[in-house]
Amino acid sequence: MYQYSEFDTDFIASRNAQFRAQVERRIDGSLTEDEFKPLRLMNGLYLQLHAYMLRVAIPYGTLNSPQMHVLADISEKFDKGYGHFTTRQNIQYNWPELRDVPDMLDALGAVGMHAIQTSGNTIRNVTADHFAGAAADEIADPRPVAELIRQWSTDHPEFQFMPRKFKIAITGSPNDRAVTRAHDIGLRMVEKDGLAGFEVLVGGGLGRTPMIGKVITDFLPQEDLLPYLEAIVSVWNQIGRRDNKYKARIKITVHEHGIDEIRRLVDDRFAILKSTFTGIDQQLLAHFVDQFAAPEFVTKSEATFKDAYHRDPIFRSWADTNITPHKADGYAIVSISLKKHGATPGDASAIQMRLMAELAKRFGHDELRISHEQNVILPHVHKSDLPSIHAALKAQDLATANIGLISDIIACPGMDYCALATARSIPIAQEIATRFDELKLEHEIGNLKIKISGCINACGHHHVGHIGILGLDRAGVENYQITLGGDHTETAAVGERAGPGFSADEIIPAVERIVTTYLDLRNEGEEFLATYRRLGLAPFKAALYPEAQANAA
Amino acid sequence: MPKPFTPKVVTANDLLIGDVIYQTISGWSRDLNDAEVLTDEAHADLRKIEASQQTNHVVGVYFMDIDASSSDSLQTKHFREAFRAKGPSNYAHGKQTAQTEVS
Repeated sequence: MYQYSEFDTDFIASRNAQFRAQVERRIDGSLTEDEFKPLRLMNGLYLQLHAYMLRVAIPYGTLNSPQMHVLADISEKFDKGYGHFTTRQNIQYNWPELRDVPDMLDALGAVGMHAIQTSGNTIRNVTADHFAGAAADEIADPRPVAELIRQWSTDHPEFQFMPRKFKIAITGSPNDRAVTRAHDIGLRMVEKDGLAGFEVLVGGGLGRTPMIGKVITDFLPQEDLLPYLEAIVSVWNQIGRRDNKYKARIKITVHEHGIDEIRRLVDDRFAILKSTFTGIDQQLLAHFVDQFAAPEFVTKSEATFKDAYHRDPIFRSWADTNITPHKADGYAIVSISLKKHGATPGDASAIQMRLMAELAKRFGHDELRISHEQNVILPHVHKSDLPSIHAALKAQDLATANIGLISDIIACPGMDYCALATARSIPIAQEIATRFDELKLEHEIGNLKIKISGCINACGHHHVGHIGILGLDRAGVENYQITLGGDHTETAAVGERAGPGFSADEIIPAVERIVTTYLDLRNEGEEFLATYRRLGLAPFKAALYPEAQANAA
Repeated sequence: MPKPFTPKVVTANDLLIGDVIYQTISGWSRDLNDAEVLTDEAHADLRKIEASQQTNHVVGVYFMDIDASSSDSLQTKHFREAFRAKGPSNYAHGKQTAQTEVS
C-alpha cells in the first residue's frame, strides 16, 4: 500500500503544528468560536451533542496493522476505548477533549493518517470498493487512482471554498460495492479496445434530494482523469448555487442545467486544462501502481479449511456468509462483522481493533479494509488460515455470521451523538438485529440490506437500502419513515416511500411485516429486491397499513 | 398576538470538554436540576446575552424549553434535550457516568 513520502509527512506535520497553535489560541481567548470553527472543521473536529467528535479519514478504506494499532491506542488514551467506523470509510472518535486533539492528530500523522478534509466544503475522503485488489470480479485495483485523487484534491487551492462538500467514489469492478452512483462523481474503471479508462458518473447523491448519478462520459482515457475531474469540479465551483445550501450540491446543478449542458461546459473547460497537466500525474500513478502491487500469493493445502468446514457447523455458517471469492487460487476475502446482534453498527473496541490488526499481520499480508457498510475486511487470507482466524474472532465477539443479511445494518450515529440528527438510529438497528436473531430467520431471509439514517442528510444511506428507515421529528416525537426497493449497486435505485411513518415502538413490527410478506410471496431462490421489483410496493403497503386496507374495503 | 413566554433554561457546550452545561444563577452546571429557570422574557434575554459573552468557556449558547411544574426536578420538553441531559442510549457514557464541576 501507499507509503507517505517526505513531502506527505512534512505537510501533515506542519498542518498539525498550525492546528495545535490554533487550539491554544482558542483556549487562551485569542480566537473566538466564530473564528475557530472553520479551522477546527478543516481538521475534522466537530462539536456534537455530548462532546467533540474527531473524524479521521481512512483513504479508500485501506489500513495496515500499525495504523489499526494506533487507532486502538488513540481510542484508549484519548477516548472511551472504542471507535466508530462510518459509511464514508472514516473512523470517528465520539469523546475527545479539545486540549487532546493536537496530540491525537500527531499520533495519526506518525502512521501516515490525518483528519484533513473530513469536513467543510472541500473534496472529501475518496472512497473505494472495500474488496479492491482482492476481488475475483475486478478489472483493476482502483486504489492507485484513488491515491492520485487524494493527493490532487488535498489542499487543492481552487477547491477549499466550494459551494458545498464534494464526494468521489471509485470502483474497479463491474459489481459496484462503492455506491458510485450516489456520489458527486462516481468512477468505474473500464476497458475499451484494450485501453484502460473510466466511465464517469456525475450528480449522484443522497440527502434531502436523492439522485442517481448520470453518465457524463462512458469512456475517459486514464491519462485524462485529473484534468477531467478538475474540469467538472471547477465548472460546478463556478455555476453551483451558493444562495441556498440545500441546492448547492452538484446533483442540483446537473439537474437544473441538464447533463448535456454540463458535459459541454466540462468539455470546454477540459480543453483548457488538459495542457496544464504535463504528465507528472501519470508518472505518479505508475509509482502508486507499484506501491499497491498485490502480495505474493502462495499455493498450499486447503485441508484445514475443508476439514473445519465439514466438521464445525458454526465455522461453516460463518464461512458461507462472511467469505467472498478472491482472485488468487486458495485465497479468500474475509468480512469481519461489526454487527453482533444488539451491538452498535460500526463500533469496534480497542481490544477488537488490536485483534484485527494482529490477524492482518499474521494471516493477511498486513492489510485491512473498512467498508462503507461499517465492517472490517481482511482482503488477502489463505483458506487454510480461516479456521484459526474464525476461532480468534469468536473470542472477541467478532465472528457473527451475518454479512449481507438483515442484521448487517448500516446505521448513522443518529441523535445518540449527532447534532444534526432528528431521531435516533442506533437503538432501532439494535432492536431489529436482536429481534431477527430471536426469530432465527435471517439466513432463511437471505440477502437483505436495511439502512437507517437519523435525519434527512442520509449518512445511513437509507434511500439505497432494500428497506430504508429515516428517523424524523414529528411534533416532538421520534418517527420512522420506511422506503422500499432502494439499491446501492450497479443497478442503483432510490427507494420508494411506503407511506406514513411509524413510532419507535411500531417500527420493529412494521419491518417484521415487510419481511413476512416477502417470505410469503417470494419465488424459489428469489432475493428480497427481486421480489420487490416483481411485485412493486402494493403487497408490502397492504401489510404495513392493514387499517387503511380495512377502511378502504 | 405573540405567544406567551414559556419557562426556559440557557444551555451550551463546555469549550474544553465539549459536554452539555446549563446556566445557573452563579455560573454553569452539568446537572439540569441546578439550572436557573427563566420565566421572565426580558430577564431571560439578558441572561442569554451574558452567557453568550463567555466565549472562553462555553460554545453554542441557546434557550431550551423546560417543564418546571414538578417541584422535584426539571423536565425537558423535547426528546433532543432529554438525550442531551442523559447521554447516548447505546452505552452508559456522558452524563450517565460520574460528573465533575464546571471549571
